[in-house]
Amino acid sequence: MSKIHVETTINGEAMEFLANPGESLLDALRNTLNLTGTKEGCGSGDCGACTVIIDGRMTCSCLVLAVEAGGHEITTIEGIAQGDTLHPIQRKFLENAALQCGFCTPGFIVATKALLDKNPDPTETEIRFWLAGNLCRCTGYDKIVRAVQDAAAEMRGG
Amino acid sequence: MPSLNYVAPTTVNDAVKILADASGPTRVMSGGTDLLVQLRAGRISPELIVDTKKIPGIMGITGSAAEGFTIGAATTGAELGDHKALKAAYPGVVEAANLIGSKQVQGRASLAGNLCNASPAADSVPAVVAAGGTVTIAGPTGTRTVPAETVVTAPGRTSLAKGEFIVSFHLPAITGKTSDAYLRFIPRTEMDIAVVGCGVSVTVDASGTITAAKISLGAVAPTQVPVDASCIIGTKLDDAALEKLDAAAQAMCNPIDDKRGTIEFRTKVAGVLARRTAKIAYDRAQART
Amino acid sequence: MTFIGNKSDLRVVGTRPVRPDGVDKVTGRAVYGADATMPGQIIGKVLRSPHPHAKIISIDTSKAEKLPGVKGVITSADIPNIPSEEAFVGEGPMNFRDLSLNCMARDKVLYEGHVVAAVAAINDAVADAALKLIDVKYEILPHVIDVEEAMAPGAPILHDNLFTAGVTPKPTTASNVAKQVRFTIGDVEAGFAQADVIVEQTYTTAPVHQAYIEPHACVAAIAADGQVLITASSQGHFMIRAYTAKLLGIEIANIRVTNAEIGGGFGGKTVVYLEPLAVALSKKSGRPVKMTMTREDVFRGTGPTSGGTIWVKVGATKDGKITAAQTVIKLQAGAFPGSPINPALMCAFAMYDLANVDTLGYDVVSNRPKVAAYRAPGAPISSFAAESAIDDLARKLGMDPIDLRLKNAAKQGSKTVYGVTHGVIGYEEVLNAAKAHPHWTAPLGKNQGRGVATGFWFNIGGESTGGVFINEDGTASVVTGSPDIGGSRASMAMMAAEVLGIPYEKVRAVIPDTASIGFTHVTGGSRVTYATGMAVTQAAQAVVEDLKKRAAMIWDISPEAVEWKDGEAVPAGANAGGFDPLPLAAIALKAAKTGGPIGSEISVNAQGAGPGFGAHICDIEVDPETGHSTILRYTAVQDVGRAIHPSYVEGQIQGGAVQGIGWALNEEYIYNKKGHMDNAGFLDYRIPVASDLPMIEAVLVEVPNTRHPFGVRGVGEVPIVPPMAAVRNAIRGAIDLEMFHLPMSPPRIRAAVDAAKAPKAAE
Repeated sequence: MSKIHVETTINGEAMEFLANPGESLLDALRNTLNLTGTKEGCGSGDCGACTVIIDGRMTCSCLVLAVEAGGHEITTIEGIAQGDTLHPIQRKFLENAALQCGFCTPGFIVATKALLDKNPDPTETEIRFWLAGNLCRCTGYDKIVRAVQDAAAEMRGG
Repeated sequence: MPSLNYVAPTTVNDAVKILADASGPTRVMSGGTDLLVQLRAGRISPELIVDTKKIPGIMGITGSAAEGFTIGAATTGAELGDHKALKAAYPGVVEAANLIGSKQVQGRASLAGNLCNASPAADSVPAVVAAGGTVTIAGPTGTRTVPAETVVTAPGRTSLAKGEFIVSFHLPAITGKTSDAYLRFIPRTEMDIAVVGCGVSVTVDASGTITAAKISLGAVAPTQVPVDASCIIGTKLDDAALEKLDAAAQAMCNPIDDKRGTIEFRTKVAGVLARRTAKIAYDRAQART
Repeated sequence: MTFIGNKSDLRVVGTRPVRPDGVDKVTGRAVYGADATMPGQIIGKVLRSPHPHAKIISIDTSKAEKLPGVKGVITSADIPNIPSEEAFVGEGPMNFRDLSLNCMARDKVLYEGHVVAAVAAINDAVADAALKLIDVKYEILPHVIDVEEAMAPGAPILHDNLFTAGVTPKPTTASNVAKQVRFTIGDVEAGFAQADVIVEQTYTTAPVHQAYIEPHACVAAIAADGQVLITASSQGHFMIRAYTAKLLGIEIANIRVTNAEIGGGFGGKTVVYLEPLAVALSKKSGRPVKMTMTREDVFRGTGPTSGGTIWVKVGATKDGKITAAQTVIKLQAGAFPGSPINPALMCAFAMYDLANVDTLGYDVVSNRPKVAAYRAPGAPISSFAAESAIDDLARKLGMDPIDLRLKNAAKQGSKTVYGVTHGVIGYEEVLNAAKAHPHWTAPLGKNQGRGVATGFWFNIGGESTGGVFINEDGTASVVTGSPDIGGSRASMAMMAAEVLGIPYEKVRAVIPDTASIGFTHVTGGSRVTYATGMAVTQAAQAVVEDLKKRAAMIWDISPEAVEWKDGEAVPAGANAGGFDPLPLAAIALKAAKTGGPIGSEISVNAQGAGPGFGAHICDIEVDPETGHSTILRYTAVQDVGRAIHPSYVEGQIQGGAVQGIGWALNEEYIYNKKGHMDNAGFLDYRIPVASDLPMIEAVLVEVPNTRHPFGVRGVGEVPIVPPMAAVRNAIRGAIDLEMFHLPMSPPRIRAAVDAAKAPKAAE
């Protein structure tokens, strides 16, 4: 089967690429578009390291076919900062030491953006259940939750 | 090397034609959250994937508690969770759909996919069945609407004929003091496949007596199993009724030993969940004005 | 070496700046193993055995080689057949022949997932298709998984040439017991005879995986002149260089390894799996080869830690003095010898000052992946049993479990069972901090219980190289050979900034490749802040001495008359001369005129790494109807020596505690009767998720280790040692159930609840 031409918008920029029908969006992002910030931890939707936002909804890019991206708006970790200005979520992850190896961090940051865009004042329980699909093995989640709370407070103007 | 094609038809008729004419193994795709996992693991080798998401009406929710709801087959769990009216009328169906996988998975996963993947442990199935849900199926011979519980025939198998696919789900109008609930048992707090799932719908009268109920158990048999609700009908769900319900639920179990649970554990927990889920549904029904 | 300052004198050390690699990690710019590429690279993939135990009769790769797009296929025929050779590396001994056979099977496969061949092809699809065309003929042999079954007479034998070491006379029949080892002091028989109360139990644990979120990945290329470039994520790029050199017979200078960022290791990435294969494929194909593992590969093909059986017996007199402690431990090594049996025995009772201790252990092979190090290898397993038994002892004595431990606490001068005498340690301080913590006396409700447990880990020092170089503008570069798995670059920069007296922001820490910095041992054993920190500190101190000399030259006075204060050279007293202070930047500007570039690179073999102790308090609520446990509250107290960057020290404690919680409640390898792993993925290998946990309070106790200039003790491994017993003891408190097997998953708890309720008529 020949490749399919996909036209999509990634991080606000129009992009186009060729994809095999069976290829995942994660593979296309990493291998074709060189956007390697989104990570593969499991390839089966169980770890959240590949989290992206599609039309405002967060999802695992390993569970989306690359060809499905056509006509949609995708946000990846590379689109969270504005130029060289870090997003409050990114700053708060750094200030709160909410990363150790940093591998799960892009997924967590994108998932956190999706959370705070929808619910600017989440409780600790809401944060933990929203982020349950993002596995971290290094931090025990404590400082991640604190970073999210801290970011939420700043974004609310606190 | 095996080849795979992808197509995204823009009308129901086109989709039916493509499915009916397909010569090799073909898969319908809504959210794709089961499909891609199986594809990558090599458990399936389709030659054609038919993506339904571009068909008008396949995504979205219409209706109300008074009229009943129609839910496009590929509507995501996240959308269900955001729909205030649906959540208020069918809290059990919505909470079940919002337990599938993770929040990321719910961003894509659909009721149609969850049903047609036909896993015994599917979370939304017991809730949809207990709520009296029906599905509308389009196919070469036209459309037909059937109770949701008739779709799955065995693990991984459905009653859909070649060329058929689900276009929508329907939940009945809420009459009287009716509500539903879904609980599942998993070892962690999220992310696990249900070891036992239980969907319950209950109707009560003004005095708090149960006048109707439907109970469905998941993950304790090859397909969802109904539990005879007569033991709680006519009661106010007192301890004696709950004990009978526990026993009735256990009696319906025909589970397997696997990496997620033993026969003994699943059976016992089915009884526990039946009690707890019925209680939540009962309290919600009572709270209806 | 000088011990630098009291805490109040420190300006940078002890603060919480942002780490230097942080921005790259929150923007997705950081390059991990799978992100690295080499121009012209092709894809390498491995073929794994579907059988847990089988002879390889033949491998026919001809069809695969002919498939268009395939550039090379290798089997053991392409890997040198090296002899047996032991070396002490990382946290335990390594036999290079075993390592080679583990990377690529020769004659026999010893576990489901054992690599038998590998291909290099132009893309994933061709590589996958090529693997399917490799025809391997196996003669299936009976297999054995469980450690007791592997030890039993008549068990299938994995290695014909494995005879139990540590037994006299030397056995002549091959066995699955690779070795027997014993540590003993005093006379336990006499000790038990004195005891008023004795507790004796048998515990089992299942193998658990480190479960780092990043699968293994590397890209490697060998040029026509034999020079090799590898980029890989690992806990030691020098280790990758050494192992690849040994396994392929390449001279070390011909291999240059660049360290990619690493997405978690916890000990599991202190060995090689892919790198030698990638180099061999590159040789065959003439192209750079990139190899990444899938999550399933990680579970089926890389080493978890051992599972095992632990029998433990402790006895005490009425007043709570422990008179004897004994344990027998059998650990699974996987397909080749090398379970962490020694540390398991050594650590079990290391928290206590005991005259009579006897520990006996067995290293047992079985048909599952060869184990790799996992955070304090061996200690969590033995401590689960020992600390549960100590808790039961406290109950029988009617004593508070912390008081019992205080009464028997190891202190400076206490002798361990393995012969070492403790130096300055902080166990009593840790126990007292736990006891004084409000958590210890907070109220509990129905079905809620509280457990406490303690733990010990040696921590190691070893070989590290650190360099500090002053740039022309007065900023500084710190270079080390230690891959950064948890924020160590920040700590290195902080220690250098402290010594140099300049702001942290003026110091950048990087990790160059193996050709650009001196040899450094793996990032493991909780050694980096200690040993590499020591090298960096010494290098910074050497730089300061040089800076003083340069100032002396500029002022034309004797170097002895110059002091270094707050980042400036100052005359040492009025007699030296009325010179204005010379800041580091000013001296740097004049470097060429005063002798040339200013910098120092120091290699150390750090001795004196101080052991760490932890005490964890866990509150749990158990649902007796479903067996489901909820951790309500968790406090982890630990002696950290001196916290260079407290946030990252807390992070180590929180992360280790949560791994231990997962080990306690839900993690295990599940095998079916065919010897295949049933749960080789994150869906059914259940590590804790965010909603499973409360905040983890890390309490840092600081009893400085005076052998390190800043008082550092290793911190990373101790926190995984106490949690399993803390959880188990909490479950005991919640529903009065003694659990003896890990994991304490819901079906097991529910079954134990039912068993406890069952009428005792059968007796």
